[in-house]
Amino acid sequence: MEREVQRVRQAFLSGRSRPLRFRLQQLEALRRMVQEREKDILAAICSDLCKSEFNAYSQEVISVLGEIDFMLENLPEWVTAKPVKKNLLTMLDEAYLQPQPLGVVLIIGAWNYPFLLIIQPLIGAIAAGNAVIIKPSELSENTATILAKLLPQYLDQDLYIVINGGVEETTELLKQRFDHILYTGNTTVGKIVMEAAAKHLTPVTLELGGKSPCYIDKDCDLDIVCRRITWGKYMNCGQTCIAPDYILCEASLQNQIVQKIKETVKEFYGENVKESPDYERIINRRHFKRILSLLEGQKIAFGGETDEATRYIAPTVLTDVDPKTKVMQEEIFGPVLPIVPVNNVDEAINFINEREKPLALYVFSHNNKLIKRMIDETSSGGVTGNDVIMHFMLNSFPFGGVGSSGMGAYHGKHTFDTFSHQRPCLLKSLKREGANKLRYPPNSQSKVDWGKFFLLKRFNKEKLGLLLLTFLGIVAAVLVKKYQAVLRRKALLIFLVVHRLHWSSKQR
Amino acid sequence: MDPFEDTLRRLRETFQVGHTRSAEFRAAQLRGLGRFLQDNKQLLHDALAQDLHKSAFESELSEVAISQGEVNLALRNLRAWMKDEHVPKSLATQLDSAFIRKEPFGLVLIIAPWNYPLNLTLVPLVGALAAGNCVVLKPSEISKSIEKILAEELPRYLDQSCFAVVLGGPQETGQLLEHRFDYIFFTGSPRVGKIVMTAAAKHLTPVTLELGGKNPCYVDDNCDPQIVANRVAWFRYFNAGQTCVAPDYLLCSPEMQERLLPALQSTITRFYGDDPQSSPNLGRIINQKHFQRLRALLGCGRVAIGGQSDEHDRYIAPTVLVDVQEAEPVMQEEIFGPILPIMNVRGVDEAIEFINRREKPLALFAFSNSSQVVKRILAQTSSGGFCGNDGFMHITLASLPFGGVGASGIGRYHGKFSFDTFSHHRACLLRSPGMEKLNAIRYPPHSPRHLRKLVVAMEARDCSCTLL
Repeated sequence: MEREVQRVRQAFLSGRSRPLRFRLQQLEALRRMVQEREKDILAAICSDLCKSEFNAYSQEVISVLGEIDFMLENLPEWVTAKPVKKNLLTMLDEAYLQPQPLGVVLIIGAWNYPFLLIIQPLIGAIAAGNAVIIKPSELSENTATILAKLLPQYLDQDLYIVINGGVEETTELLKQRFDHILYTGNTTVGKIVMEAAAKHLTPVTLELGGKSPCYIDKDCDLDIVCRRITWGKYMNCGQTCIAPDYILCEASLQNQIVQKIKETVKEFYGENVKESPDYERIINRRHFKRILSLLEGQKIAFGGETDEATRYIAPTVLTDVDPKTKVMQEEIFGPVLPIVPVNNVDEAINFINEREKPLALYVFSHNNKLIKRMIDETSSGGVTGNDVIMHFMLNSFPFGGVGSSGMGAYHGKHTFDTFSHQRPCLLKSLKREGANKLRYPPNSQSKVDWGKFFLLKRFNKEKLGLLLLTFLGIVAAVLVKKYQAVLRRKALLIFLVVHRLHWSSKQR
Repeated sequence: MDPFEDTLRRLRETFQVGHTRSAEFRAAQLRGLGRFLQDNKQLLHDALAQDLHKSAFESELSEVAISQGEVNLALRNLRAWMKDEHVPKSLATQLDSAFIRKEPFGLVLIIAPWNYPLNLTLVPLVGALAAGNCVVLKPSEISKSIEKILAEELPRYLDQSCFAVVLGGPQETGQLLEHRFDYIFFTGSPRVGKIVMTAAAKHLTPVTLELGGKNPCYVDDNCDPQIVANRVAWFRYFNAGQTCVAPDYLLCSPEMQERLLPALQSTITRFYGDDPQSSPNLGRIINQKHFQRLRALLGCGRVAIGGQSDEHDRYIAPTVLVDVQEAEPVMQEEIFGPILPIMNVRGVDEAIEFINRREKPLALFAFSNSSQVVKRILAQTSSGGFCGNDGFMHITLASLPFGGVGASGIGRYHGKFSFDTFSHHRACLLRSPGMEKLNAIRYPPHSPRHLRKLVVAMEARDCSCTLL
């Protein structure tokens, strides 16, 4: 393991990954890989999660292609130095922020979107000029295998490597030193990753999870609300970090919600959900059993059918759920949707705030004030109002958690920034040493005052304008005195001109 | 009995109630901080003189004025910084409202060091308060006089339901770190930085670590040695060398060294007189432990300038060492004292190689009349910050972020960067409850026709995202 990491570090130190042209080439190669080997990639994802080709393409591949294109278009601009505002002391100097690569970056992926959650960070890491070690989740075996097979065929083999393995290999890997670690997964392992990173003072981005609440107000169109929730909840069989985990609403709405979700499920997946090509399966037996145990003792409003052999769990809704039960104690990560009745939005807000900050928060209402209140009085990684999932899709948003749902963020330029060091640079000249005499000892009070002036004085534009006007006024007075005779002769002309100017400015 | 439990609970409760959210409240806190600095200026100067023998010049410029400047900057810009930041939208979200909301994290812990005990406590505090957090301040127990003022006077100027000062040494700090915070801001050594981050990991608390390292200073042959000597000496011996961004060691050719030594001597004499110990402009070492540590370093290489020390006064003369070996202690640890070793290199390449063999420093300096040389060193090395042809001037610009990279730190602050550091940037997308037809394409059952539509829509976009 150590040797592998060393090899990658040597490759980085060679400087190969830094030139813009190289980065663009690698990104283009990645794009070719995704396009040319689409079939293989889709097949791997599909077999890991029993996903249809459409879903694999639209949930993972399309986003990847979009990110690559976005990166290719914008990278030339992002790598350039950005000048910053200067003060009086640095007026004649160059001051800017220069993005630089960090070095060797470790990306640990998750199994639920096994391709996207590795490649999307990888794109940003390459764009920022780093070398990358990729550790795909061992649970999504086929994707892990295909990544190990394809990446070396298209990308630089020393700068970007795939290391596969389970807990043991990952633990070994985490003992090594990296310049940034991006981990997607659960809270427990997140803590382990951060602790390992602390030994080397390695910065981390942790994309974790939690229970993303979904509040449904009385004042909304339940048809549309339930369609949107159904889409987001049962996509990937509920195995989405930002899926609406549970619903909060007034008790009177429960039955309608259940009915409409039921209808939507039928519309989306047909009478026999098990036979729908658009419905996925649980990743493995362990998670299947885990989700099953969450159903114990619950009121199943509809769904609840399971088949261990195929790891199938039907889209399920639970009603009148007791917050103290197991299903409300852990992130569900499955197609089970509990509804917890609350009396009003105050109670909902309190309920949410009593718990860990979630990765996403959803609120459905026609009342914009209510939505605003929800946002103002809670905290979460991100929010989508009147829909679910969608804030993930806009890459001008930083995507990440807060509190136990994570730290740091990425997507789009934020990935580039995460994997860069934005280095502040000040370039002065060796001339004008006279100006520096102000700062050198022996010191005096006047030096202190001047020092403060140069360091801190800010010129108010209006004050400056006033100063300028006063100065001009004085000049005018002097001139008037000097040319008195001339002015007396032209007095009438001057009067008319001034009057005209005054009149026209009044017009404005 | 946990001495911190009650304080932390109180602060957390205040935060939960939303007390610190309004701009008015935050501005009032910042104004209070400003008044603290104004009202206690003389007291603070005296305390800094007592702790570190700081001259009025140093105290005013590097501690009080900097802190005041940050308070003023925050007050001026608070509302602008707090505003929701609207972001570019995609085809699918054109009709929606998309913005980033800046939210306070909650309960913030600031652990401050002793070398600039006012500045490095208050500047982070400004950011934390401006961002709307409740703050626990743990000033350094080593700079005792300032610690006392911060503990006794500062709370009177701030709302004590959301601000507290806690005191103690390593043991108490360890105990404090067992508690859960929503953000931890630490300034200090890399060794303790690791301890802080490990403690933070247990609660998944994000951190900013302002650490240190050995800041290299390359001097090219084509420079005027007197100008270089002026600039390097000023930054090196400021605060008796106890500055995390001071030039730690010099890299230059033997020829340049020959020209630099008399220039440095001349500068030192001009700055501090023939007897630097009697100059009011030279600081003292903070305590016996560091004094002894530094005195031991005087034995490395050969003393070319200075080398005197006085235990009773904790005085170490402005010193320059030559003929130093890389393996000697003075080149193994951050010096943090008024000692400047000179290492010889033959040219820029060797200097760059030397620098890159070591940990990434907090600051890097390069002196040369050739901007090519300066830019080359910039491009081929990494460091927290960089200044060409001067010392740490770059940290006086609030528009530049201040922070380390690698072993010199994680995160950054100063000015708006402080506000951003202490805020959670929350992505908010508010969609319209109508327009459901547009969403039809994302719903199952899916067909090849859907896929074709999707691909076409993707190609038509001008901003990247998926249509789903």
